[in-house]
Amino acid sequence: MATRTGIPGGTAAGNAAVTLSKEEVLRYSRHLIMPEVGMEGQLKIKQAKVLCIGTGGLGAPLGLYLAAAGVGRIGLVDFDTVDFTNLQRQVLFGTSDVGRPKITAAADRLRNLNPEIRIDTFETHLTSENAFELFKDYDIIVDGTDNFPTRYLVNDASVLMGKPNVYGSIFRFEGQITVFGFPGGPCYRCLYPEPPPPGLVPSCAEGGVLGVLPGIVGTIQAAETLKLIIGKGEPLVGRLLLLDALAMKFRELKLRKNPDCPVCGEHRTVTKLIDYAEFCGIRGEEAPNTVTNIPEITPRDLKSRLDRGDDLYILDVREPHEYQICNIHGHLIPLGELSRRVHELDSSREIVAHCRSGKRSAEAVQFLQKAGFRKIWNLKGGILAWSDEVDPSVPKY
Amino acid sequence: MAVKVIIPTPLRAYAGKQESVEVQAATVGEALSALTARFDELKKHLFADDGRLRSFVNVYVNDEDIRYLQKDQTSVKAGDTISIVPSIAGGTGN
Repeated sequence: MATRTGIPGGTAAGNAAVTLSKEEVLRYSRHLIMPEVGMEGQLKIKQAKVLCIGTGGLGAPLGLYLAAAGVGRIGLVDFDTVDFTNLQRQVLFGTSDVGRPKITAAADRLRNLNPEIRIDTFETHLTSENAFELFKDYDIIVDGTDNFPTRYLVNDASVLMGKPNVYGSIFRFEGQITVFGFPGGPCYRCLYPEPPPPGLVPSCAEGGVLGVLPGIVGTIQAAETLKLIIGKGEPLVGRLLLLDALAMKFRELKLRKNPDCPVCGEHRTVTKLIDYAEFCGIRGEEAPNTVTNIPEITPRDLKSRLDRGDDLYILDVREPHEYQICNIHGHLIPLGELSRRVHELDSSREIVAHCRSGKRSAEAVQFLQKAGFRKIWNLKGGILAWSDEVDPSVPKY
Repeated sequence: MAVKVIIPTPLRAYAGKQESVEVQAATVGEALSALTARFDELKKHLFADDGRLRSFVNVYVNDEDIRYLQKDQTSVKAGDTISIVPSIAGGTGN
């Protein structure tokens, strides 16, 4: 097994003054009796400082294993509160945590797991303004975020500060894991110079995720983080690990440092943090509606028109499995099939398109307008808003 | 030559929901053309308007990135696997 010289920032150097208490020796005994960790490795772990961006699906197993392993200082950055839809995969949280800030619930859980370590909490969005300040006290950054702007921000800040970035991302049942920003190794921009334009890649909210998938991916991120700390083994540098949990297959692809990379290449053009929302082509973090000037109808207005007996054609552009969860008796044509099934629609009738939240149906309305439909509206806020404003018996998902 | 193209999860909806597709091709460019000829909707997800591969989509022959081979001119032989690997950003599932 190759031995690495440890991470930049220098926890690997060790500190003669740091020792383990009797309680810690007992707690970490299964590490201590293992030659690859031993007392030397455990003291490195105790002195390590790791910042976790996000305490969601990836951050949950990551935080649990890093805390259990005895990482001396763990920073948590999140701005969200726990909701019921999180509990299917975010194993840091319990039902009684619903409504609490995630970092508060996470810190309580991790302190209970291991009172010997320090947990720092930052209830904030990571931004270009605060990234350097948040990163400066930590040796390793772990990216457990869920959107492109933050991923590019985490990458650029890590590279500019010379800190490794343990990367994991997930979609449905597929995961990608690697270590970026290791000295001499590639960064996220070497792999993907630019993000996809908004709307072209479905988000997790649309795509869903197998609950256990972030558990697997986040646990691999935890393993890579611990390996970087103790400086043992082969770090996942220059290799992109792909997981297809449905086939349960791991594949590994070569990941090269791009000499033309704008952040870590020879002629770098990015030397400070930029506006990442703009870079990713969106104004807000999760722009609810990337399509503008779409005629809308509110759920209440739709309900009163239907009650009046108006002849409205309800077009549901969600997927069949979503229709099974709940529906308002619309005619189902998934957005992806709309272009080849457009002949099923009668442009002389008034059409109201809807989806879950109003985003996909806005695209459908825009497409149909281009196809010559004039009497068409988007249901504002989708079936979620219908449930809130008209019929609470419709379950939200 | 028959090569296998592995379709990533986010793009399977545009490729008949298949995990992989077998095509006849001698280069990566030919393989992707054969693929998009069969699945028209895939085209806008793989290629920009100027016909170039989108910058958030990487293509590998076996485990090697074609950007470091001969790009779309990279030759393929029977039994090779072409992987399409788009960037995905999910982390929390929110």
